[in-house]
Amino acid sequence: MITTLLIFFPLVAALIVFIAGQRMAPTVGIIATLVEFAIAIYAYLHFNTAEGWNFREVQPWISSLGIQYAVGMDGISLALVLLTTFLLPLILLSSLLGPLKDKKLFYVLALIMQSALIGVFTSKDLFLFYIFWELALIPIYFICLLWGDENRKFVTFKFFIYTLFGSLLMLAAIIYLYLSAEVRSFAIENIYLVNLSACEQSCIFAGLFLAFAIKMPIFPFHTWQPSTYTSAPVPGTMLLSGIMLKMGIYGVIRWILPILPTALMEWGWLAVLLSVIGIIYASIIAIKQSNYKTLIAYVSIAHVGLIAAGLFSNSTEGLQGVVAQMLAHGVNVVGILFVVEILLNRTGTLEIAKLGGLRNQMPQFAVFFVVIMMASVALPSTNGFVGEFLLFVGLFNYNPYITAVAGLTIILGAVYMLSSYQKIMLGEAKPEFNSVKDLSLLEKSILIPIVIVIFVFGLFPNLILGLTEPAVNEILHAVNNSIPVAN
Amino acid sequence: MMDFVWLIPALPLLGFLILSLFNKYIPKAASGYIASAMLLGSFIIVLNLLCAAIGGTLPENVAHVEILNWIHAGKLDLSLSFQIDNLSVWFMSIITGVGFLIHVYSISYMHDDEGVTRYFSYLNLFVFSMLLLVMGSNYVVMFMGWEGVGLCSYLLIGFWFKNQAYNDAAKKAFIMNRIGDLGFLLGMLLIYNQFGSLEYSTVFNQAVTIINPNEPSGIIFAITILLFVGAMGKSAQIPLYTWLPDAMAGPTPVSALIHAATMVTAGIYMIARSNVLYSLAPCTLDIIYIIGTSTAILAALIGLTQTDIKKVLAYSTVSQLGFMFMAIGLGGYTAGVFHVTTHAFFKALLFLGAGSVIHAMGGEQDIRKMGGLMKKLPITFFTFIIATLAIAGIPPLAGFFSKDAILALAFEASPIKWGLGVFAALLTTFYMFRMLFLTFFGEFRGTTHQKEHLHESPLLMTIPLMILAALTVFSGFIDVPHVLGGHNWFSHYLAAANIALPEASHIPASTEFLLMGVALTLVVLVILTTYVLYVSKKTMPAASDSELSFLDKLSYNKFYVDEIYDAVIVKPLAFLSDFSSKVLEKLFIDRIVNFTGKSVQWSGKTIRFIQSGDVNIYAIFMVFGIVIILFINLILFLN
Repeated sequence: MITTLLIFFPLVAALIVFIAGQRMAPTVGIIATLVEFAIAIYAYLHFNTAEGWNFREVQPWISSLGIQYAVGMDGISLALVLLTTFLLPLILLSSLLGPLKDKKLFYVLALIMQSALIGVFTSKDLFLFYIFWELALIPIYFICLLWGDENRKFVTFKFFIYTLFGSLLMLAAIIYLYLSAEVRSFAIENIYLVNLSACEQSCIFAGLFLAFAIKMPIFPFHTWQPSTYTSAPVPGTMLLSGIMLKMGIYGVIRWILPILPTALMEWGWLAVLLSVIGIIYASIIAIKQSNYKTLIAYVSIAHVGLIAAGLFSNSTEGLQGVVAQMLAHGVNVVGILFVVEILLNRTGTLEIAKLGGLRNQMPQFAVFFVVIMMASVALPSTNGFVGEFLLFVGLFNYNPYITAVAGLTIILGAVYMLSSYQKIMLGEAKPEFNSVKDLSLLEKSILIPIVIVIFVFGLFPNLILGLTEPAVNEILHAVNNSIPVAN
Repeated sequence: MMDFVWLIPALPLLGFLILSLFNKYIPKAASGYIASAMLLGSFIIVLNLLCAAIGGTLPENVAHVEILNWIHAGKLDLSLSFQIDNLSVWFMSIITGVGFLIHVYSISYMHDDEGVTRYFSYLNLFVFSMLLLVMGSNYVVMFMGWEGVGLCSYLLIGFWFKNQAYNDAAKKAFIMNRIGDLGFLLGMLLIYNQFGSLEYSTVFNQAVTIINPNEPSGIIFAITILLFVGAMGKSAQIPLYTWLPDAMAGPTPVSALIHAATMVTAGIYMIARSNVLYSLAPCTLDIIYIIGTSTAILAALIGLTQTDIKKVLAYSTVSQLGFMFMAIGLGGYTAGVFHVTTHAFFKALLFLGAGSVIHAMGGEQDIRKMGGLMKKLPITFFTFIIATLAIAGIPPLAGFFSKDAILALAFEASPIKWGLGVFAALLTTFYMFRMLFLTFFGEFRGTTHQKEHLHESPLLMTIPLMILAALTVFSGFIDVPHVLGGHNWFSHYLAAANIALPEASHIPASTEFLLMGVALTLVVLVILTTYVLYVSKKTMPAASDSELSFLDKLSYNKFYVDEIYDAVIVKPLAFLSDFSSKVLEKLFIDRIVNFTGKSVQWSGKTIRFIQSGDVNIYAIFMVFGIVIILFINLILFLN
């Protein structure tokens, strides 16, 4: 029941916001997301880790095709639901500050998107998963198209086609899986039992992995991302990078690892290799970016690359690292994008060369900026460290040399973050920014929760790791148990 | 007593939180006192521990205090816990003790700076992190402190953030340290991979049981080298030393605390802590010896010609750190830690003294523009000369004993190693006395305005100087060697923390006396030479680059190492970044993607006309189709 509530409450809220009208929309929308967050907290408090899938619900839907409405949450699902519901109120709040026109429409779209995202994270039926996956694309498409910058048409079109291309491959893979199942059903239990030859596995792997890799994105399928992130309005970028890209990572955990163990053995190295190339490639590009938002887009590619590499490490530490880093990245990237939003609102530009010396006018802002930056470069005691360290532990088991290469990210990360911070914030005060004001109360009310979460999960990561460990072990168990079938 | 251990780091952390969260409500003048009080509290608790450690009443020599079950995933079980033993207590004493003195000094030194509250909050945060570093009972807690001090160092070097040169220095320090940190991180991963734990006790026990000391082990070699890379970054060794001289951009007390007395010795602590592993890796020790010795000599050579009082001290620090690594490379962990101790006192004293001079000179740091300050700053002068004599190794000051311990080890290894050590020591003596004479002797060479304002610093600054001077005089006596009638008390003290005692000396007492005598005579000769050069002859370092001889130029420009790094690493990286984003990304990968998209569009456009809905065209196609099919059939039939 709770799961269903979590999925459909935002949808209902979207309807209410739509009716409530332009003036009331922000209040109603933000209250709705806070209620949603409260429901997720309630689910967290009543979650029983020993039980595996909690809050299950199964209803027949299209029976002739064996499609069910089957939802539920295991630890990983719940972790991502918590992330989504925590971030949504912050994203909506931050949109209040920006120049966004027609806020009502934005709130409606964001709420629809939340509904779809939670659906993706809680579906226990492959077809249902696909429906939510596609549904999530629609609102973000409109958000990018309606509020993006002057390049939005081409950029959004490219983004849309690119991800749609991935989805098509995924659909083909899904249908093939369905047809190969002994029982004609999309239910997760059935799909997990599908027996495929090595060759079939490789093909399915190619289809699913491409879809997920485009979403994350993994090098070299990333070129839609920097332009989309740059062109989209900041709250849209927050939705994209804070939550939406986790769909791809989640997809790999849920629908690739347990189903395609042979393909993993055959092609896992390639996925790790691409991910690690992506880390270094994106980090190097980030160093000389002139636009701060584009820089953050590349940083996101680098961070996601490490998570993606950890996906294939086949170890509890590595997968736990994936989960921890998904949450950390979600929170931190929204934090840094909010920094972007503040910079843009204050100065009207994100060209790094035009900024500078802002610490003189905004000392408090500088503190938050530094904290978020340090979480982003994974300083111990911040949430970024826990995930990154676990990922490195997992990856090191997989291959020490590739870990050493991936490790360069801790150096390059310091280079691009500190250089850009210095150029934006430090130095003599610039006269053109003399009228710039420090943080407002509303802005602090967004930054403070982010900073609290950064430290709480940096110091007490077991709050989440304890939740997800049984689920992660379950996945790994499925991977390792089904290996001998091949050959 | 162990119940209060958590308070030791907690107090500075509390100070940091109070000062940073309530900075608007705290009067500027009060912030220094709050920060110092926190440190005093920690220092008193540490003193209790130190007494227990000296008395041998620490519980079983090693006490574990768990604060928090930190990260648990799979087989990894990390706790945030402390290990209280003789080694960690020793470092805690230095950190809180010297730290407290420098806090007090800073109250006066920084009193008219507008960011004074921010300054003290960073300083408290630094002490907290440094305590974590030495108190942790596993490598990850050490790493936590390690990164924390790196952050504080970054914040404090760039404290005056309006100056972009300072900001560059701060950034450089952080990034170079991060290069080392990657080594540290990979070392930790390898340790966990091999021993399944990161707790010191487990790792060392496992290492001793698994590894056969007579067979060189590649794994241990890799672990120790990787950890040492971390130490190179933090403790400014070749090739990662160039950040430390630049770090002098920070306020002078910061240079004293972070970049001389405590943080930069973290690398020594790390290796002393892991001495079990290093003793299993003779190859690594040789490499450490080579790096340490080269750094000691190279930095000293650069120090010879520097004219900025803080730069001289910075290169001196790099050089002295090289000495400590030299000791460790020779297997003398206790000698290394001993030199850390004495160096913490006399180098902190030198920096604070330099701060007092800079304070009196109104910010001037160029020793060419000083001179004759001894009359105006008598306390500073007197304490400064004690520290200079100590660093030169004049008995019975602290530096004599610690340096002698290292030289004795070196001689035991080979006379050549002894010779190199003495050479580095002589260079040290030369540049230190050159600085001393140029600063305090002769005529004043500054402006008349500066001359009128020359004054001795207030008591808050001079009392720490005097206390440090006393420590500089007496701290050497903790480890008097047998030849001089001592009992190596300090070595035995550390032995209780599982730090291997060096083997008993094989050198006859007469030889050892001879060596001391030779070294001492040479040092005195060098002092006399500098006196003649800079006091009697009043030689002045050249005012501009062009007047320097070739060798002086090389030294004055730091052997152009920064320029080389710039050309070999920084510029190529920037180029690679530009190339990747403008060529690879835009012209290659993105173009393939767009081309794929375009080609679909193009084929759509091209084929579109066949579905235009015009029946005539359909009919023509049908006719063509039938003809082709018939034709193919015909061919097949004929065959």
